[in-house]
Amino acid sequence: MTQDTIDTTADNAWRRRDPGAAVLEVENLHVEFRTRDGVAKAVNGVTFDLQPGETLAILGESGSGKSVTAQAIMGILDTPPGYVTQGSVRFRGTDLLTLPEKERRRYRGEKIAMIFQDALSSLNPVYSVGFQIGEMFRVHRGASRADAKIKAIELMDRVHIPAARQRVNDFPHQFSGGMRQRIMIAIALSLDPDIIIADEPTTALDVTVQAQVMQLLADLQAESKMGLILITHDLGVVADVADKISVMYAGSLIEQAPSLDLYANPAHPYTERLLAAIPRVDLKGQELYTIKGIPPNLTDIPAGCAFHPRCPYAQPICSEKVPPLEDVSGDRRSACHFWKEVLDGSLQIR
Amino acid sequence: MPEPSPTKPPLQDLKPLPQDVGVAAPVGTGAPERIGKPRSLWSDAWHDLRRNPTFIVSALLILFLIVVAVFPSLFTGTDPKFCVLAESNKGGVPGHPFGFDRQGCDIYSRVIYGARASVAVGILVTTGVVLIGGVIGALAAFYAGATDSVLSRVTDVFFAIPLLLGAIVFLQSFPFRNILTVSAAIMIFGWPIVARVMRGAVISVKEADFVTAARALGASDMRILRRHILPNAIAPVIVVATISLGLFIVLEATLSFLGIGLPSSTVSWGGDINDAQSSLRSAPHVLLYPSVALSITVLAFMLLGDAVRDALDPKLR
Amino acid sequence: MGTYVLRRLLQMIPVFFGATFLIFYLVLGMPGDPLASMCGERGCDPATAVALRAQFHIGEPLYIQYYEYMRGIVTFDFGETFSRRPVLEVMRDAFPITIRLAIVAFVIEICIGIPLGLIAGLRRGKFFDSGILMGTLLIISIPIFVVGFLMQYYLGIKLGWFRPTVSGEAPWNELLLPGIVLGTVSLAYIMRLTRTSVVENIHADYVRTAVAKGLPHRRVVTVHLLRNSMIPVVTYLGADIGALMGGAIVTERIFNIHGVGGTLYQAITRGEAPTVVSFVIILVIVYLIFNLLVDLLYAVLDPRIRYA
Repeated sequence: MTQDTIDTTADNAWRRRDPGAAVLEVENLHVEFRTRDGVAKAVNGVTFDLQPGETLAILGESGSGKSVTAQAIMGILDTPPGYVTQGSVRFRGTDLLTLPEKERRRYRGEKIAMIFQDALSSLNPVYSVGFQIGEMFRVHRGASRADAKIKAIELMDRVHIPAARQRVNDFPHQFSGGMRQRIMIAIALSLDPDIIIADEPTTALDVTVQAQVMQLLADLQAESKMGLILITHDLGVVADVADKISVMYAGSLIEQAPSLDLYANPAHPYTERLLAAIPRVDLKGQELYTIKGIPPNLTDIPAGCAFHPRCPYAQPICSEKVPPLEDVSGDRRSACHFWKEVLDGSLQIR
Repeated sequence: MPEPSPTKPPLQDLKPLPQDVGVAAPVGTGAPERIGKPRSLWSDAWHDLRRNPTFIVSALLILFLIVVAVFPSLFTGTDPKFCVLAESNKGGVPGHPFGFDRQGCDIYSRVIYGARASVAVGILVTTGVVLIGGVIGALAAFYAGATDSVLSRVTDVFFAIPLLLGAIVFLQSFPFRNILTVSAAIMIFGWPIVARVMRGAVISVKEADFVTAARALGASDMRILRRHILPNAIAPVIVVATISLGLFIVLEATLSFLGIGLPSSTVSWGGDINDAQSSLRSAPHVLLYPSVALSITVLAFMLLGDAVRDALDPKLR
Repeated sequence: MGTYVLRRLLQMIPVFFGATFLIFYLVLGMPGDPLASMCGERGCDPATAVALRAQFHIGEPLYIQYYEYMRGIVTFDFGETFSRRPVLEVMRDAFPITIRLAIVAFVIEICIGIPLGLIAGLRRGKFFDSGILMGTLLIISIPIFVVGFLMQYYLGIKLGWFRPTVSGEAPWNELLLPGIVLGTVSLAYIMRLTRTSVVENIHADYVRTAVAKGLPHRRVVTVHLLRNSMIPVVTYLGADIGALMGGAIVTERIFNIHGVGGTLYQAITRGEAPTVVSFVIILVIVYLIFNLLVDLLYAVLDPRIRYA
């Protein structure tokens, strides 16, 4: 049996066994960075899953561990100094972390693809965009140069780059920021992956361009039923697009909920604070709200709940015991000792 | 902006927030603290350098070389020009550890006294090159426009003549050969590289936000140049200067080797190596000692340059 | 691309005039009697003095001297050596030999320097890398003439693997050892430059993208990393030719090669200033042309320059 037939067989077996099964299951993932200044615990026990066709947003500040999680899933972590110390990343039942690199590579680009924040530096400046898109076909599918070019033009059309046929031989620096991001999306899309991970895809773009790119992603996803993991710190971007949101803080998942529920009624003080920090048009004239303090140094994460030093509701138990990720309801979870009180608004400020 | 979807609640329906805007977060464990004072690029670099064994070794070696150059009589009592033909090409004997060269001069003594020429030329040239090249490069980058065009063309003109060739032409036309003229010959064609590095560095610093901020605060050109741009741009210049120092010493030796550098009346390593060629087969030690001395000197400066570059380069941190 | 080439050509013109003027000034324009410096300490014999006066129009106003000087250059009339041979002819005989020598040096530099530098960069911090760093530093520190002598002595005389000196026609095989000597320092620089470039680029975002695309490691290195890392090396090659010219003087002297460097050296020792100057002018022109070619190569490698 060729490797392809093995894959299809495994796929079919998986589907037959459990038709509603998640396409990606991350369980208890731990990643640490061993540096001169100590061991930084970048990811501490993150667990989530992704259903086919679903959009999961991973929300968090810089340093919350969201990009590192994505890199660990893709297997492109810088090792050293980064090490996955615990956990599993199961793609359709196969734990990617246990695979040898040669096997692992077959998933990258083909089954799980990734797009990055800064398209200008993420694209190779010395090769044409047609080359970089077509490369996927030449390497993974053994296509000829001519065929790869045709496919590249098709993809550029699909992501709405005007005059694709003329521009296929142009270089990345000759495109605008929004166009470049579309090229990255085209590359990610090329082999029809099951999952696309988008790491802050719109952070470097203007607001209007942001909206266009997000709309493109949403449309493509609706067409192909692929899963989308959207990593961002921007609550505004996420609101329209995400089905469910996982909020990360200091390497831990502290709340997970369908996006409607999260915005309407957060179950964790951090989420509550984040939402409150969005400037509100109807509260003009008041001071802008911020969360006091700064995120912890990952080599020295506070004991107990990592957020407790900045939490206005902190009780003694918060500095002693790490709050477990508890089920709030069927599809909601929260890692706070007092999530019930946060939900019904009865918390006292200390 | 896309229309808010009717199924999602408008933001106004969010729960009103408890009025706790004034509450400060309690300082607990894990809140990051400043460890000591914030360090500048220079103190950071010095901190790294002090711990770098390469730097320590090369710096000590260079200090030693400078002492040898300035006070050669501390290291040998023999006159390097006192030559007895009868001792020609003899090997080492007590009192004359390195033996004698073709003319019968004491090699050890010549090696000690030869340090002065090399070290002097190296330091002279590097100082001159940094001053000339640094000023030209900084002015070209800072004032840009026509100044830059003119100065850059001038730099290109001098750059177009390879160092050794230019020095040869210069020295050919000069009847006097001494440390000053040889240094001048190298300086004249050696400054363009420093000018280019300085120009590049100033250009990249000029665009930095803190310079724009200083300008917006009304700082004068001179002040911006002196206090903001130069301290930041000087780092790559220091790196290229320390590395070039070694090369300038090699160049001087090469010129002496070609017979167009320091006259034979001055004791120099290059000249001695040149003289040693004829006795290469019979007495290789005559070539060996000045060569080793020269190589160690150059190596010391190269190592210093490497260590300084590693300490100052922010990308390698 | 066309505009880029044109721009570079136009830039070359003032530099050409400037450089030739600079040499002119150093030789003829400086205060004092140019003849005194041209003939050296011994002074000129009357016949040579007359010939030199005629050749350089000494005694006439400076601008006429310069005009005649430039006229000579653009008509390829570089005067004669002290032994009455036209300089151009001497150059024409010597040039092919030095070109062969330079090609040998170049090939060695590139074929050994780049791969070793690449490997060192990929294995940064490991034993191989430290070895390369130390080794190249050592090579750069030892002056080329010392390297030349040592190699001539050990490999040529003692071990007899190579001829210690090169014969008149200088065939390729005899130029191998001198080529190694000539290319040694540049080899070390290219190794270091490649290594540094690789170390910098290996953490670049586009390399991360290439890995994320599922490309095999070999392709990431040879297609994506290498091409970008080569750019600084190519820029270095332009300066390298200047170093090779200087090095050729030393190398050809040591191995007794009758190339441009060897002839130039003899002119130096004989105090034949006009020959020296003419040779240097020709070499400077070669240097400028070569740099132009290197700039073009740079534009080919980096499309950001091409379509600025």
